[in-house]
Amino acid sequence: MLAYLVNRLLLIVPTLLGVAVLIFFMLRVVPGDIVEVKLRGDGGNPTQETVELERKRLGLDRPLHVQFKDWMVGLVTLDLGISMWTERPVTEEIALRLELSLQVAFMATIVAILIALPLGTLSALLRDTWVDYVIRVITIAGLAVPSFWLGMLTIVSLLFFFNWLPPLTYTPIYVDPWNNIAQLIWPAVAVGYRYAAVTARMMRSSIIEVMNEDYIRTARAKGVYERFVVVRHAMRNAMLPALTVIGLEFAFLIGGLVVTEQVFNLNGIGRLFVQAVSRSDFTLIQAMVMLTAVIFVLSNLVVDLLYAVFDPRIRYK
Amino acid sequence: MTSIRLFAGAVAVLALGLTGAGNAQTPKRGGTLNFAISAETPHYDCHGSDTYATLHFAAPFYSTLLQFDLPKYPAVKGDLAESWTVSKDQKTYTFKLHRNVAFHDNKPLTSTDVKATYERLRNPAPGVVSTRQATFADIDTIETPDPHTVVFKMKEVNPSMLETFASPWNCIYQAERIAADPQWPKANILGTGPFKFVEHVKGSHVAGVRNDNYFRKGQPYLDGFKGTFFAQSATMLNALQGGQVLGEFRTVSAADRDRLKQAMGDKIRIEESSWTLHLTVTFNTTRKPFDDVRVRRALNMAIDRWGGSEGLARTSALRHVGGLVRPGSPYAMDPKELEKLPGFQRDMAKARTEAKKLLAEAGVPNLKFVLHNRSIAQPYTPAGVFLVDQWRQIGVTVENKQLETSPYLAGLANRQYDVAIDFSNLFMDEPTLGLAKYVSSSRAPEQRSGYNDPELDKLYDLQSHEGDMKKRIALIRQFERRALDASYQVPLLWWHRIVATNQTLLGWEMSPSHNLGQDLARVWINQ
Repeated sequence: MLAYLVNRLLLIVPTLLGVAVLIFFMLRVVPGDIVEVKLRGDGGNPTQETVELERKRLGLDRPLHVQFKDWMVGLVTLDLGISMWTERPVTEEIALRLELSLQVAFMATIVAILIALPLGTLSALLRDTWVDYVIRVITIAGLAVPSFWLGMLTIVSLLFFFNWLPPLTYTPIYVDPWNNIAQLIWPAVAVGYRYAAVTARMMRSSIIEVMNEDYIRTARAKGVYERFVVVRHAMRNAMLPALTVIGLEFAFLIGGLVVTEQVFNLNGIGRLFVQAVSRSDFTLIQAMVMLTAVIFVLSNLVVDLLYAVFDPRIRYK
Repeated sequence: MTSIRLFAGAVAVLALGLTGAGNAQTPKRGGTLNFAISAETPHYDCHGSDTYATLHFAAPFYSTLLQFDLPKYPAVKGDLAESWTVSKDQKTYTFKLHRNVAFHDNKPLTSTDVKATYERLRNPAPGVVSTRQATFADIDTIETPDPHTVVFKMKEVNPSMLETFASPWNCIYQAERIAADPQWPKANILGTGPFKFVEHVKGSHVAGVRNDNYFRKGQPYLDGFKGTFFAQSATMLNALQGGQVLGEFRTVSAADRDRLKQAMGDKIRIEESSWTLHLTVTFNTTRKPFDDVRVRRALNMAIDRWGGSEGLARTSALRHVGGLVRPGSPYAMDPKELEKLPGFQRDMAKARTEAKKLLAEAGVPNLKFVLHNRSIAQPYTPAGVFLVDQWRQIGVTVENKQLETSPYLAGLANRQYDVAIDFSNLFMDEPTLGLAKYVSSSRAPEQRSGYNDPELDKLYDLQSHEGDMKKRIALIRQFERRALDASYQVPLLWWHRIVATNQTLLGWEMSPSHNLGQDLARVWINQ
């Protein structure tokens, strides 16, 4: 197990290094100049001298290899620099939003797991019955309905039926749990429904496949209770593909909820990402791409480790 | 000039259908005003900004020398100036400042601060952007004979100078701060306004608390305010309907107004006014084929403004057909006269046939281009969709590309576009301010089309120093005819301002400009 863990951890290093190099050079190639956007972006008409001064101040006049060296050193020392737009530390800008985005992602994952695992299993076990049909309709609807639209519907319904809306500004859960949950439960449900639909369908097909395996037949032949057959043998093995989906979806939720964040007026990572790109804020984009890469890599690592927990053959290889 | 102001004032008051809700009642103290801001300011510096997002954010923290007296718009009244005099030759303006004014760090305000502010506005240090620098060009010297007197001496007579002193963009900064770091106001707030800065949570909100040392005793009435940023108008409307915010002070569309009225009944107050804002269709005259007047004129003639105004008025903030001066203002062109100019004709079939002919003559019968547009829904999205459809009808294919405010404005300033939807954002009806957008780009950086036209410049200068109203209007007419005939950049439609506020919000005053009246000093909540 230790060798397996070390192996997985070592694989992270070249992946992140590749992302760091790629994002640095890609940003220098794509069109867009932060200085122009910054100085002219609110209607100002700066002189060329002002533009050059600002470029110098932001360090954009330095040779590319010097900027690259700073970026790599910053990564190692976790000093990701200052946002070229807001002029505040990049880590501060991200931290301000990451807490909210992480919480929405966690809550949506919990919602998804709570819905997907029982529904997917039930749908597979009661295949081609009315229960299966109902669950399939629910899951297909989850795939078809965009999360942001469900979010809009949720907001309008809350307003229409209860004349109540979730709080507008974020309060950390340790400051005011009620306010926090009252704000974030709705986006978590809106996003979690689609997430659950994907996972439930994966779970259903995995269970159907697993239920035809020899070891299930053997367990039944040995007289094991059907409940144990399903929970201990079928679900445990069927979890592996579902885990992959859960891991990928979780990572996606951190930065991919741009429209949902707008619908609920959430100050999350998705909006920050879009703003950073539209403003050509190199330092912030670099940091956010790295953050996304780290989250994807870590969630994959967790999934890999859970594979080993669910399937002992993996850790013994 | 006085008669013009009185007339304009009467027109504005009638147009507003009168406002100033709550003025008849005794204001109650207390409460925190939650309001919506539909964009987030890129920085805090009023001097270097041209977006209302900066004013709706920062105005409550600052004072100006004068301010517009909104119920009597466009009359001005003192803010930091307790009184003022104008010399007979109109070349010396002397302001007496209130004596009990202090910055939020408790340091007293003196004439040195006013002088330093106006020096920064008219002659910014390297690295500092002063967006309206040109409007201070007539100032010769600024003198401070004592700590409470400021004297502005002019190089030339400027009929609109008092209104310029009332500009909401001229926030007064502390002299010692801007002397130490001219860029300081971009990232810091320190004013003498009715509210003290509490916090700006980026991407979320700005908050302020009552300045108990505000120089107008008894004001402000509110304990504080919280301005929440909204990226989507639908979300903002929900919050308004649900009572989470008591107002948004820019505009809502006519359709949104109707929705709010239906949902909230007498709990919502709707105030409407024509607006000192218009969208322009701006052709990049430095790019082919838009350097060809035939192409520009054809594209201008294909736009059915009269028909479009009816449809767009139902779904957007666009409504009024007008020339280069706000329809309804004393300087505006008569509609009958306007109809004779390219782009304003009523017979669209004839106009479009002529437009197709012009494109064929220019060698671009199947023209394709990208329309550079802004990602703010109202009214940029409907305007973009409308234009794409209008040009499709003469065989022109257009992609409507909407960008966030900053890259949109940077693209305009750098002329990285074919055709753009641009805007003219004025804080008052003054042709010298408004027409500045249409003079040569060598003189006016806010003109983003890239042309130089000495004849337009000459007419502009003549009207700006003409004291006789009739003669001035005649010069403005000549200017408009020339500008519209050349079609470098043409007005699309003028905006119609609809502000929806909760009935409990009182003391806020409506005006034809969303840049005015945002210091919130007299606003109160009837709770």
